Amino acid sequence: MSGVRRAMPEVAPAARQPGCAPPAVQLSRAGVALGGKRVFADVSLSIEAGEFLAVLGPNGAGKSTLMKAILGLVALSEGSLTVLGRQPEQARAQIGYLPQRRSFDHATRVRGVDLVRLGLDGARWGIPVAISRRARQRRRAERRRVQEVIEMVGAERYADRAIGECSGGEQQRLLIGQALVRHPELLILDEPLDSLDLPNQASVTALVRQICSAEGVAVLLVAHDVNPLLGYLDRVIYLGRGRALAGSVHEVITTTGLSALYGAPVEVLRTGDGRLVVVGTPEAPHHHGDRHG
Amino acid sequence: MTPSLSLDPVSDVRQLLTFPFMVNALQAGTIVAVLAAVVGWYMVLRRQSFAGHTLSVMAFPGATGAALVGLPSAIGYYLACTIAALAMGRTSRLSQYGGSDQTAAIGTIQTVGLAAGFLFLSLNQAVLGGPETLLFGTFLGVTRGQVLALLIVAAVALGALALLARPLTFATVDREVARARGVPVGLLDAGFLLILALAIAATSQITGALLVFALLVAPPASAQLVTSAPLAGLALSVGFAVAIVWLGLGIAYFSIYPVGFYITTFAFGLYVLLRAGRWAWSRRR
Repeated sequence: MSGVRRAMPEVAPAARQPGCAPPAVQLSRAGVALGGKRVFADVSLSIEAGEFLAVLGPNGAGKSTLMKAILGLVALSEGSLTVLGRQPEQARAQIGYLPQRRSFDHATRVRGVDLVRLGLDGARWGIPVAISRRARQRRRAERRRVQEVIEMVGAERYADRAIGECSGGEQQRLLIGQALVRHPELLILDEPLDSLDLPNQASVTALVRQICSAEGVAVLLVAHDVNPLLGYLDRVIYLGRGRALAGSVHEVITTTGLSALYGAPVEVLRTGDGRLVVVGTPEAPHHHGDRHG
Repeated sequence: MTPSLSLDPVSDVRQLLTFPFMVNALQAGTIVAVLAAVVGWYMVLRRQSFAGHTLSVMAFPGATGAALVGLPSAIGYYLACTIAALAMGRTSRLSQYGGSDQTAAIGTIQTVGLAAGFLFLSLNQAVLGGPETLLFGTFLGVTRGQVLALLIVAAVALGALALLARPLTFATVDREVARARGVPVGLLDAGFLLILALAIAATSQITGALLVFALLVAPPASAQLVTSAPLAGLALSVGFAVAIVWLGLGIAYFSIYPVGFYITTFAFGLYVLLRAGRWAWSRRR
């Protein structure tokens, strides 16, 4: 146990002062049923402003459904949920969202910078005609913000290229930039590390951690595998068998913790380099760390 | 006066513009080129060329049906295209839940349209200038009234597109995020199909049903080969389309071959040229 503890260095607290802001997400005995089938139930959880959380669990455990509930795209069947102190639908404008498995094929003729820009003004009707001085100022400020975000995610080199011609890692950075451009208070990233190679997984995780600390954004990152995230997370939420377990990595991803969650013996092993392997989840072969099982 | 090509381009153009029918054709062609190039740019971005093709085929049942009941063929074009667009919007909503293939549904609509057109044609043999005009257009017989009607339709379609421009782009390239941000993606799908229907109905009155695509696909596709910046792409698309139409009309005037042939050939030639150029450019780097 102490070894896992050492592999999890303490992370600096968020820049935005907690305490005065309402929790980014507050779930109380929440549950969702889709088409009469219960996805998860009795989930109680509070996520503070500026926290970095991973949402883990086997395929079909309801990770994406939980994210959609927080976005107000899926209604709760029981319990309550507030996002940034409001109803989920009313908080949408303050949430940056990166959906699951999104990639742009070669023929997508839109530049990275356009994609980021759509995050800022894509929901606005009409075409921008900057006649008045205020409109021109606003336009300049928007252009500055797009540039700022592109620099923040380190995409200056390829932002003017067609998005379809960028690599997976480059696309992911631009998409994170798009999610960030409106100064969100909550960032929801659904499997952003999926389909990235190991060096890119590491660099994107480091980028998200840095943004989380620098901008004081609460981040919910859905992942299949906790290993690339080790050392960066504040807490994890583990979904399994329709229930959820939240806490630090060394509290949750343990033999006793996961066995209690599944109600069956599950073993957590630690490899020599500090990586975690979960063995024997009842939904095998969809066990933790197995991406496409 | 028979058309004769001199070596002096200024006098050639002046000769061309002395005929009211040429002036009408140039004005109608310009309106259609701008409309098709802008709407087509979105169609190519949204990969709805097959839906566009189906809408253009609707000119056939539209015109033959209108002739059958004694309405102007233009009204038939607009009606048939609008009905088909509404039907397609409906199937796209169904296919989201039912998981059926949308291209199959569009193909079915296309076949029904063609069959209806064939029926109307056999019920009424004396259609318009015969099916050939319908398929390949009547660029040189455009009246003042038609020019005015085209101008109004183009203004409505482009105005609607300007209103939808940014949410439509958002919903096209990044549907999930747009939906999460509250953009009504389903309504935009249906709205764009209606705008596309208007543009195609207007264009096919001039170019005919078969050659709509010369202006609707080739200029935007060529522009997207050159740039992926939206504004530059739209401007380039319009420039290409207008140049193609002017060149086609101008040369057809002095030639015995039909105008549709020239317009299609220039559009195709431009696309091939840019594709080859792009290939050479990427090899050089």
